[in-house]
Amino acid sequence: MGCSRRIISHLKARPFNSSLSSIRDESFLCQWYSRSSIASASGHRHHHGHNQPHEAQRPSNAGFSPKTASFFSFRPSARWIATEPAANHASTSTSAVNNAVLEIINPNDCIEVFVDGHSVKIPKGMTVFQACEAAGVDIPRFCYHPRLSIAGNCRMCLVEVEKTPKPVASCAMPAMPGMKIKTDTPMVLKAREGVMEFLLANHPLDCPICDQGGECDLQDQSMAFGSDRGRFIETKRTVLDKNLGPLVKTVMTRCIQCTRCVRFASEIAGIQDLGVLGRGGSEEIGTYVERAMASELSGNVIDICPVGALTSKPFAFTARSWELKSTESIDVSDAVGANITINSRGPEVMRILPRLSEEVNEEWLSDKARFCYDGLKRQRLSEPMIRNAKGRLEPASWYDALKAVASVIAKSSPDQMAGIAGKVADAESMMALKDLLNKLGCENLRCEGDGLRPTADIRSDYLMNTTIYGLEKADVCLLIGTQLRNEAPLVNTRLRKAVRNNGAKVASIGPAVDLTYKHTHLGTGPETLMQVAEGQHPFFSVLAKAKNPVVIVGAGIFERADREAVMAAVQKIVEKATVVKEDWNGFNVLLLNASHAAGLDLGLVPGVGVSTNWKESVKFLYLLGADDTPLNDIPEDTFVVYQGHHGDHSVYRANVILPGATYTEKEGTYANTEGRVQQTLPAVPIIGDARDDWKILRAVSEVAKVKLPYDTISALRARMLAISPNLFRVDELEPSSRWVPDSKPAAPGKVDASPFKSTIENFYMTNSICRASKIMAQCTAAFSGSKG
Amino acid sequence: MHAGRRLAQAFAIARRCTSSASSYPQEKRSLTRWYSTALNLHKDSPDNNPNVPWDFTPANMATAKEIMSHYPANYQQSAVIPLLDLAQQQHGGWLPISAMNKIAEVLGMAPIRVYEVATFYSMFNRTKVGKYHLLVCGTTPCRLRGSCDIEEALLKHLGVERNEVTKDGLFSVGEMECMGCCVNAPMIVVADYTKGAEGYTYNYYEDLTPKRVIELVEILRRGEAPPPGTQNPNRFNSAPAGGQKTLLCEPKPPPCRDLDAC
Repeated sequence: MGCSRRIISHLKARPFNSSLSSIRDESFLCQWYSRSSIASASGHRHHHGHNQPHEAQRPSNAGFSPKTASFFSFRPSARWIATEPAANHASTSTSAVNNAVLEIINPNDCIEVFVDGHSVKIPKGMTVFQACEAAGVDIPRFCYHPRLSIAGNCRMCLVEVEKTPKPVASCAMPAMPGMKIKTDTPMVLKAREGVMEFLLANHPLDCPICDQGGECDLQDQSMAFGSDRGRFIETKRTVLDKNLGPLVKTVMTRCIQCTRCVRFASEIAGIQDLGVLGRGGSEEIGTYVERAMASELSGNVIDICPVGALTSKPFAFTARSWELKSTESIDVSDAVGANITINSRGPEVMRILPRLSEEVNEEWLSDKARFCYDGLKRQRLSEPMIRNAKGRLEPASWYDALKAVASVIAKSSPDQMAGIAGKVADAESMMALKDLLNKLGCENLRCEGDGLRPTADIRSDYLMNTTIYGLEKADVCLLIGTQLRNEAPLVNTRLRKAVRNNGAKVASIGPAVDLTYKHTHLGTGPETLMQVAEGQHPFFSVLAKAKNPVVIVGAGIFERADREAVMAAVQKIVEKATVVKEDWNGFNVLLLNASHAAGLDLGLVPGVGVSTNWKESVKFLYLLGADDTPLNDIPEDTFVVYQGHHGDHSVYRANVILPGATYTEKEGTYANTEGRVQQTLPAVPIIGDARDDWKILRAVSEVAKVKLPYDTISALRARMLAISPNLFRVDELEPSSRWVPDSKPAAPGKVDASPFKSTIENFYMTNSICRASKIMAQCTAAFSGSKG
Repeated sequence: MHAGRRLAQAFAIARRCTSSASSYPQEKRSLTRWYSTALNLHKDSPDNNPNVPWDFTPANMATAKEIMSHYPANYQQSAVIPLLDLAQQQHGGWLPISAMNKIAEVLGMAPIRVYEVATFYSMFNRTKVGKYHLLVCGTTPCRLRGSCDIEEALLKHLGVERNEVTKDGLFSVGEMECMGCCVNAPMIVVADYTKGAEGYTYNYYEDLTPKRVIELVEILRRGEAPPPGTQNPNRFNSAPAGGQKTLLCEPKPPPCRDLDAC
């Protein structure tokens, strides 16, 4: 975000001035009402369609995806980041080919090998393949994947090692000291050509009708290493297609049996559905008994498949990879904040792919994040609407809609107003909502899913302090009131990694669910929690003895009436089992919504005077995309303003609808459950007469005569900087302070005996975008009941 | 050589092979040639679906436990092949899906891992076979010694196609690759599932002629057990027909240097 940084630093140099010139203010509303002037306005950063910020305009590598990246670029993940003594550094840096960087964690524990005559020092235990990568030499591969176990069955990575009679499969061969590896000898080239010929023997030549065309490893590598003709004249084999459910399309004849999908399913996703069946010429990938791939991560097999055997069913035949524009953005379907690439063509989002981020999502993405995009095209609110005297919503002009809202604001008293930020609200619009209501004198603000008595006093009380990446180091983990697999599939993947790699012991208190790895279900409710807190439960001693203990509390606890009591019990566990140590903070809260952390950082919590039964007296309710708040218990005469992008639950009650933008259409700041601040970028233009959310609130404020003192997003961000500086440091993680033990009231009340409820009934239907998505509905139909 | 000419040659060879082999329709033969056991896919049928209950008999369960005791507690799934074999013997020569699921349950492994093993090995039958499953060797030495004729005679006599079970459920004919009896080619194997896991036999019948193989079938049909091994009365095991041809006298010692003479 170089551009916005520059603007802000400029603002910082000149102290923030709340009274901007009246000419600027007039021009804001003037532009507001006529769309054409917005596009032509200078000095503002509007992102409508082609008018993109330069960060979003990537060079024409539209086909860039994890797949192609894996081959043609040297992955950051493959680098070994650490430091090396300066004396040795010169030799390493000169030896590297293609400017590859290799830094060694422990210089005493490394060996020297020679790749194409260049010396390279690598840690012990690395393979020949990794040594070549470290030297900056790209080795073609199909079955090798850095995050999966080694299979060694495609033979594409053959290299020559001096004093071995045959070419060596480099991915499966450990590097030995002094090994002389050659990657460009005639023997290697011939071996690659031969392997390629065998792979293509049974591979159909249907690239023109294959969805993988243009981003296919087999296509690319056969161009690079294959022969221009094959000698195979027999009939090519055909394989029956499998039905893996509504997300993954299979054309099994194209499969080259690399087994990446099988390894992904069993190692990362933790479902034992896929296998290699048969042998020799009739070997195939399948499930044997017909079944859909019941995983919330199944879409990732599309990315790791190096050929077109597994492709996206919803994306099938809709676009070619090279006609797509890529925009690097952030997912908002859960609080993980997975990094995504939005592929769009013109005004339409065509597909969503994961983007590499070691700290957050590695290179995976949940199915909901990947496939909910068709919901962006359905049920959209495209123009302002006002409910008429007959109770029907009628389209209105922005002027009338804003006037209607302002007239009610003028009539309402501040203590009868309320504002709720929805699940996918961005920090900018939440800031504007808070400022608007505060200026009116109202302090009744909250985020959705925050319960009756929200608190944002201590940042470490609502964040995942261990960080998602840090969970890999855990050795004992206690889950309290969370269904990790449904609430945050990618956090679950990290914990699964800890279970697989360090044999971490996981126990859960709450609804019994299948977490895809071995865990102990201690109990369903606070009773068990109290036992652990009192140290009576045997698991307590396991937790207390752990080196890196982790406690994860689900945000579902926030909705409970006995929230303080439950949190006090958790606090007791954390204290007694020393979960927070000098160098380790194992206390975590797993939030459910993308907006939640930023909302709490900005202080979207009710002020001290706000009563818990505020709903009874509310007269003016501002919903910022809040669709999951029950509205049946508010009075008949409450004036409800719904600002959002989808005609979902809340529009049935809304008196005025102000159409906003989705996360694919706006530049918004989000903080994920660990407090990492990331930004979305507009990939497609806002539809219809809808507007950026913060601009709507800014316009409301002006018509309501409580003008907010910012009319650019940079000025708004400068305001955020004043409230919560961390939200300004994009792509950074502001570490939370060490947990303060004495922060809770001494008498938190009694614990209710009712068991912890499951927070997500249906993984595929959690926000308004998902609920509008046909693909998510198909998933619901296909997988209903199969998820814990 | 031009690709077109090579293609024409290959087709000519393929035509020769199929037309000379038998009078059966060509496409049927070529299909069964590749799918010697079954598709790598389970299709539910009345006698083979996951709802059909299946369990080891008490005696076989004891055997299974004994087999599993050979392996460390954390490597119980190593016992999957012997257990599949045991289940197949118990179930009359083939493995229904519920048997594989049971083995997965017994060994604490995912069912798909059992399916992987069962589909990999051609000696595990995942579709019904006869009580006597006859496997004709189809590898080069047996082919050269006339195993095609043996198979044809069997199929004609039983009135079935390859991998088809006779109406009385007694016989089925399959094909197997080299079983290491090349010196006594052609040969067949008779897997006898009539007596369950206890009386299970897997016998080689060697030096066959089309006439002799039909005699064997008839002996089996009567419930008798023909003597396994070579069916050539002039041969003993793998020795030459008509008695020994070599080593007829005391072998001469190897020519050694006379060390004393040095």
